Amino acid sequence: MAKSDLIGGALWEQYSSKVNERMSNPSYMGDITEEEAKKLGGKLIVADYGAEVCGDAIRLYWIVDPKTDKILASRYKTFGCGTAIASSDVMAEMCVGRTVDEALRITNLDVERALRDDENKSAIPPQKMHCSVMAYDVIKKAASLYKGVDVTSLEEEDIVCECARVPLRTIKEVIRLNDLKTVEEITNFTKAGAFCKSCVQPGGHEKRRYYLVDILNEVRQEMENEKVAKGLEIKDFSLMNLIQKHKSVEQVLNEKVRPSLLKEGGNLEVVDMKEQDGITQIYIHYLGACAGCPSSKTGTLTFIEGFLKNELSDSIEVIIV
Amino acid sequence: MERIYLDNNATTIVDPKVKDAMEPFFSQMYGNPNSLHNFGIEIRPYMRIALDRLYAGINAKESDDIVINSCATEGNNTVIKGVYYEVIRNTGKNEIVTTQVEHPCVINSCKFLETLGVKVIYLPVNSEGIVDADILREHIHPDRTALVSIMWANNETGLVFPIHELATLCREKGILFHTDAVQAIGKVEVDVQDVPVDFLTFSAHKFHGPKGVGSLFMREGVNIPPLLHGGEQMGGRRAGTVNTAGLIGMGYAMELAIQHLKYENTEVRRLRDKLEDAILSIRDVLVIGRRELRTPNTILAAFKGVEGEALIWDLNQRGIATSTGSACASESLEPNPTFVAMHISSELAHTGIRLSLSRFTTEEEVDLTILAIRNTVERLRSISMKNR
Repeated sequence: MAKSDLIGGALWEQYSSKVNERMSNPSYMGDITEEEAKKLGGKLIVADYGAEVCGDAIRLYWIVDPKTDKILASRYKTFGCGTAIASSDVMAEMCVGRTVDEALRITNLDVERALRDDENKSAIPPQKMHCSVMAYDVIKKAASLYKGVDVTSLEEEDIVCECARVPLRTIKEVIRLNDLKTVEEITNFTKAGAFCKSCVQPGGHEKRRYYLVDILNEVRQEMENEKVAKGLEIKDFSLMNLIQKHKSVEQVLNEKVRPSLLKEGGNLEVVDMKEQDGITQIYIHYLGACAGCPSSKTGTLTFIEGFLKNELSDSIEVIIV
Repeated sequence: MERIYLDNNATTIVDPKVKDAMEPFFSQMYGNPNSLHNFGIEIRPYMRIALDRLYAGINAKESDDIVINSCATEGNNTVIKGVYYEVIRNTGKNEIVTTQVEHPCVINSCKFLETLGVKVIYLPVNSEGIVDADILREHIHPDRTALVSIMWANNETGLVFPIHELATLCREKGILFHTDAVQAIGKVEVDVQDVPVDFLTFSAHKFHGPKGVGSLFMREGVNIPPLLHGGEQMGGRRAGTVNTAGLIGMGYAMELAIQHLKYENTEVRRLRDKLEDAILSIRDVLVIGRRELRTPNTILAAFKGVEGEALIWDLNQRGIATSTGSACASESLEPNPTFVAMHISSELAHTGIRLSLSRFTTEEEVDLTILAIRNTVERLRSISMKNR
């Protein structure tokens, strides 16, 4: 929140004059017939994307030269708001003269940039950014029809935020590298979720495959698990948590101490462990022959403590209970 | 360019007569009515006249309260949060019943109470687009329901809810009933002695009064704490120096609204019907809600193949102001609950535009609008796929 948020921007005031102009006088709007395609000696491609139920739908027409893969003509029909019409119009224009592969590289960001009046100022407000995404998706659809391949084969990677075209891989990376803890931080680092906000969490403008909240939780959980797993490899007794210390103590007891005690018909159990002023206190209880053995509080005790200190750390005290 | 204003459910022009009546209270009689001196004293008779006009406008009794506040949003917050403090926190009642089609100030106040542990039931509308008594009856219980809050008329569709029946049902069960009457004042008769509501809220700027002033009617005997604590203004029910010019404007606007109620239901209705008939003569158009069930000034129309925001954008280019509740710009693409309840094709969910007239709308403006809608719908259908 800040002064500029108190009144807030009027949606339409934030459209560039190019958006206004394209909306009022679209130049590439219309359809293309088979006859026109034949006349130009090209192949007619008709691709549909979106649905009126969702608020946006577009049909893209191309005439493609089969020898050069060049798009000779491009038109569209669209159901959508002003920015959807303007984006469709500029996208159709950008397709003309490009090869199908070149057209495939046009993203919604290019479309938005082409609609800017000032190269440093967005052509449309953030919540309208998703309207330009449709323009990108329909190109992919048209290209897949032309190439006769499945549209998913043209997907380079999983995109989490369509508006800013941020892939899943990038988001996971920034979370790890920068130890990000909130979705806002992810947005600040990558711009993902800064526009229509659909990818932030379920329940937004449109349904998404990935949500930033889920990715964040998942990566944080992975990082946490890795930290715990790392803990198991810690060799320095003083850096271990109490559970790890207990395991190490039991290991030394099993390997070095208990075999001798068992030979004499005795044993011991660890009943408690405490951390006191940097000293790890290990409370043991003698079992069998050891209980009541005269040396249990002298020689045997020194023997046990010696092994533990030797194997693990000098900061160990064994207490009999 | 001549501009045509057909968004009167959002706000209205201040009647020039109202503006004139308010004028002296800015730089001449600007005293604080709570002051002891003459600057304060001289305001009070005018405030009384304004209150009299408001009481007469909704037929409130002298023993009832009409608390002057800043807007209906404030009134609705006062009622919902006040019931929480007074009733929900002090009794075993923990439920509020409202509808899916209330104004955001009611829905979001209820959502806030949900975070405090209150159970809120959001009733759907029926296939006519209204909330009927049968569904309300199923969801209220004197031991559980602390408040029922249902709007008098819907802002998007203009559909008038059977408030008399709904309020009577709650009264019979001893349940507090609140109605947001923002879209009703000046369009339908509002009589709080006939309709047993406990709370009723409205805002001046919806009936040709100024923005920033509204009212909360509270029936004698009902008691909730104020939303704003402070001085003793409004008998302690709403602290803060009274917006005197606003109150005087609202009072006069109410009197004028009542005077024009007949005009609204004859002439405004005739112009609305003319516009609606012309819209319906375009192919593939649907108007939501039966005409006789709506306020006389409202049309919510869906034009197949024409996205709502694109249509209002085009009309705006031609100087005509209309609005859309649905579509692109809103946060969620969840279908409008009224559309769902009325089994309106989801294909039309993004095509709704609302036209709302007022007593200032002229026949010429309606004729120009009819032409503009025909042209713009044709243009947008030529861009979309629905032009065949």
